Amino acid sequence: MTDSRPSRGPGRADRTAERVQLEERVFAVKKRFLAMYKRANAGHIGSSLSCAEILVFLKCAWMRDRDTFVLSKGHAVAALYALLAELNVLDARELDSFYGDGTRLPALPPVNTLEQIPFATGSLGHGLSLCAGMAVGAALNRSDRRFFCLTSDGELDEGSTWEAALFIAHRKLTNVVWLIDRNRVQAMGDTEDVLALEPLDAKLEAFGFQVVAADGHDFASLAAARDACAGAGGRPVAIVARTAKGHGIRYMQDTVASHYLPMDDAQYEQALAELASAHAAAVAGARHAG
Amino acid sequence: MRDEFARAMVALFGQRNDLVFITGDVGYLAIEPIAEAYGERFVNAGIAEQNMVSLAAGLAHEGHLPWVYSIAPFVAFRPYEQIRTDVCLHRLPVKLVGNGGGYGYGIMGASHHALEDVGAMRVLPHMRVYLPLTGADVSPAVSLMAQDPLPNYLRLNTAAQIPGDVPPFAPWRKLKSGRKCVVIGMGPVVGNLYDLGDTALLDDLEIWSVGMLPLGDAPPDLLASIAEKQRLVTLEEHYLACGMAEAVSHLLLTNGVSPRSFTSLHARGYPSGRYGSQRWHQQESELGGPSLRARLEQAVRG
Repeated sequence: MTDSRPSRGPGRADRTAERVQLEERVFAVKKRFLAMYKRANAGHIGSSLSCAEILVFLKCAWMRDRDTFVLSKGHAVAALYALLAELNVLDARELDSFYGDGTRLPALPPVNTLEQIPFATGSLGHGLSLCAGMAVGAALNRSDRRFFCLTSDGELDEGSTWEAALFIAHRKLTNVVWLIDRNRVQAMGDTEDVLALEPLDAKLEAFGFQVVAADGHDFASLAAARDACAGAGGRPVAIVARTAKGHGIRYMQDTVASHYLPMDDAQYEQALAELASAHAAAVAGARHAG
Repeated sequence: MRDEFARAMVALFGQRNDLVFITGDVGYLAIEPIAEAYGERFVNAGIAEQNMVSLAAGLAHEGHLPWVYSIAPFVAFRPYEQIRTDVCLHRLPVKLVGNGGGYGYGIMGASHHALEDVGAMRVLPHMRVYLPLTGADVSPAVSLMAQDPLPNYLRLNTAAQIPGDVPPFAPWRKLKSGRKCVVIGMGPVVGNLYDLGDTALLDDLEIWSVGMLPLGDAPPDLLASIAEKQRLVTLEEHYLACGMAEAVSHLLLTNGVSPRSFTSLHARGYPSGRYGSQRWHQQESELGGPSLRARLEQAVRG
């Protein structure tokens, strides 16, 4: 977890190099966690594909070493384990133990095991309050540390999420950055069919947040969201990142099934192939845009 | 005990710089001195108990010692999963304080009573429950909690008036000797034994007070006394399930002590479906007044 954010006013070549680097990173992370899911014959693949770019961007292009990340949607922890291995925080060989008996890496975040995973999340609706508490604690310690929280959108059904939102807005906790993985798919269907969230932006704004929209799979868009946070004018920020559950794998994308089902051999091969071609296109796009 | 608690918290603030006091928007005419003393370290989190407890876990993670205060059911039950997962599983030193444990809120009715709070707390991993008996117990209980690295729950209630010298707050205290029957009580309901005003009956009772759960080791003289008298009564303003009596039973069996007569006096909820003062509810559950006396006389004869 290095502070790899470029210095003020990066040139075009720097921006291109950063985006290509991020694309390489997320490609490596996705290959790692797809292999983990395949080896474990496990589900929650769609959850990880939904937020892989967000995790990579936070850890590699936004957060400083002293900042803290809480993956409130703990179901995507395979992506986080894979990223921590990519960043040499976690021994990559340990990823092989994912889901296995005696592992330190269960299907949802473990208790008091890795410093980079401060809380065992996954019971939904906890992460934002935990970040709020750490943020108040840091302010009392006169620290400038920041706390990044990624929630799912289904998680917004939880009343505790809105208790936390009230508190963060009331106390203007600008050292909390709330990202919402808005893939519109929750455990049993479309979020708007299960318990409608829209108009989500208006709700967040009414609570007192500066709402920033982003494409959660596009590093340029995430960078723009990051830069927009700097101008939030004292209001806490909620980044609504448009994403797709099971992003990038055709048979999985936007399906409830991608939350649950493991891959068979053919599906795994297909996923790797599609991932590779999407990656090549993304790198080409980054170079072209740069 | 609210006032003693507020005084203890203000005194503690003079000794430590890591305290944070969080209230769930309760404590009118009681905790104002805490707010004044704690300044920016006082947080009214609003009527949002789930957020309040996770907030405390976050604060503890950052090295602070958060105290979370509300009416007992609202601090023990409403945010239960947050207590279990964010606080207890992570072994964080969050100090939960429930005012009015048992029937403490009297005529306010069932929603404000807490007859399951001790049980709910004591089954959680790493949790230690503190149970003051008198007003004088509150300050030492608060001091012990501040030094305790584990999650804690403090059950406050209307303080008992115990005649004579009461030993200082401790996990186990022998309050008086007696001839025929051992009584083990939890919290201020123990004072009801003295309030009966029946000297002859009281002479028959050896009374012990439990101050903490888990119980820890049993005092050898308590075990010896139960083995000798063969009569045991437990007294708690709490349901039987997961209460002190169950913990005492486990302790006795573990130690190979099995009295001939065992009477568990405990809260029975709302048997008549009617409401009243704390004292009225206690009497309806045979925890005070004539109904308590009758059960004790039976136990002494048993």
